Amino acid sequence: MKPKTDNNFMRLEFAARSENEGFARIAVASFLSRLDITLEEVEEIKTVVSEAVTNAIIHGYEEDESGTVIIETTYTAANIEITVADHGIGIADLEEARQPLFTTKPELERSGMGFTIMENFMDTLEIETEIGRGTRIRLVKKLTKNEALCN
Amino acid sequence: MSLRVDMETVNYVLIVRLEGELDHHTADMLRTEMEKHLAENQVQHILLSMANLHFMDSSGLGVILGRYKQIAARGGDMVVCSINPVIYRLFELSGLFKILKIKESEQEALLVLGVA
Repeated sequence: MKPKTDNNFMRLEFAARSENEGFARIAVASFLSRLDITLEEVEEIKTVVSEAVTNAIIHGYEEDESGTVIIETTYTAANIEITVADHGIGIADLEEARQPLFTTKPELERSGMGFTIMENFMDTLEIETEIGRGTRIRLVKKLTKNEALCN
Repeated sequence: MSLRVDMETVNYVLIVRLEGELDHHTADMLRTEMEKHLAENQVQHILLSMANLHFMDSSGLGVILGRYKQIAARGGDMVVCSINPVIYRLFELSGLFKILKIKESEQEALLVLGVA
């Protein structure tokens, strides 16, 4: 039987305010709720969405709430793809930003673990960034269970 | 859902019970409340109970590390208990396990701190 999960898609844009972090991760999780994924996978996805959105708010917009964050989520039978984009300041040194425990804002008690968590909880992490233009994070998670069904 | 913080001090141990979601939005509130409690009460150790914490991200790691530094500066310990598997991996990735003690339950955590 052909799976009915080919290229379903959603797009969400919201104000870069910290109270929307919870909304963003729950919106993505509920969009994915039709999929046969484990609770642990759902929690991992919520965590990485939270990391990416928090980065956009704190670093991209430096807590200027007039900015917006855009999330797109697509799923097929084989994988889930999430992009989180902002039109903020961009990342000056990407290599440095990706280092575990590195943070530009230690005074805010940032742990510097955001990208490390995204990398570990997902199968792919890609970062596109341009100074003054913004940052786009692409995250992919393979659906192991569904993949087995397809084969 | 947001974060509820319940705090009590038992024999110089500040017990902090977290309920709900600990993210960037709620981390500031937790930091403020814990700092206030640490300033006003005689506290030697911190016990963080996560039995009812449903969600945490790296903002939670930051605020926990910050309070650990505060209590370590006083010569105290921090014990974390009842962690769910996904949050456990966050602790693992960040290396926080090297400085914090992890226990299954509040009771075990209090035993380690010599209180129960």
